Amino acid sequence: MNVEWYVVLSSLLFAIGATGILIRRSPVVILLCLELMLNAGNLALVAFSRMVGNQQGQVFAIVVMVVAACEVVIGLGLIVAIFRRRLPLDVDELTELRG
Amino acid sequence: MEAVLFFAAALGALAGAIGVVAFRNPFYGVLALIVHLFSLAVLFLLLSSAFVAAAQVVVYAGAVMVLYAFVVAYVGGDTEPAWDPIPGQRFLAPLLGAALFVELSIAVLGSSLVALGTDGPDVGPGFGDPAAIGHLLLERFLLPFEASSILLLLAAVGAVVLAGKRGAA
Repeated sequence: MNVEWYVVLSSLLFAIGATGILIRRSPVVILLCLELMLNAGNLALVAFSRMVGNQQGQVFAIVVMVVAACEVVIGLGLIVAIFRRRLPLDVDELTELRG
Repeated sequence: MEAVLFFAAALGALAGAIGVVAFRNPFYGVLALIVHLFSLAVLFLLLSSAFVAAAQVVVYAGAVMVLYAFVVAYVGGDTEPAWDPIPGQRFLAPLLGAALFVELSIAVLGSSLVALGTDGPDVGPGFGDPAAIGHLLLERFLLPFEASSILLLLAAVGAVVLAGKRGAA
């Protein structure tokens, strides 16, 4: 398969994830959409690594996976903390940090 | 054969992604994301990167998604109210997403990278297997490897501090 296909697919997945972040208001789903965007980036990294014939892009993809795992852990920790304080799980109502 | 696999996996990935965005219930969203991740693992295999595909299935579809499932079960997968306080958000957001897709495609396909229209160079059977990636990680990229391990440790400690039993507050 042509490498172009993979890159276009990855940008399509990235756009879907971005749309999800704009539409949804539950923080859990926003984190899921963030995962979509990170994985789209991973797909592009691996596709380019195949295109160049160099494995360093795959190491990059693995580091992205590590960062995604950290982000998930922190994000879910925040969600659990919000839930414990009986605050609404809705990003439109969590406005304490708004300037 | 390769083309059939690619389009099947691409369809799966797209369906999973759209499912994540569209399902009201976050639990179904988690399940859709698992479908998406498995399809991506197939795509990684097609790009002859076996180790990344395996890590994708084990780490993502295995560990991370179990964490998601637990948290959704804990906070309750209550469906969010239909649509929303910001007028026009429902129509504007897909429009912006489509614009982003067009823009990214133009940026990548217009970048005149020579190998973009090809299948990439021929690589041997050892391309992207665990031995090769391990050599790269432990020799050339040792410092990023150690840094990412510290990052993981910090994230674990941070999660315990954030979500653990609070005394006062």
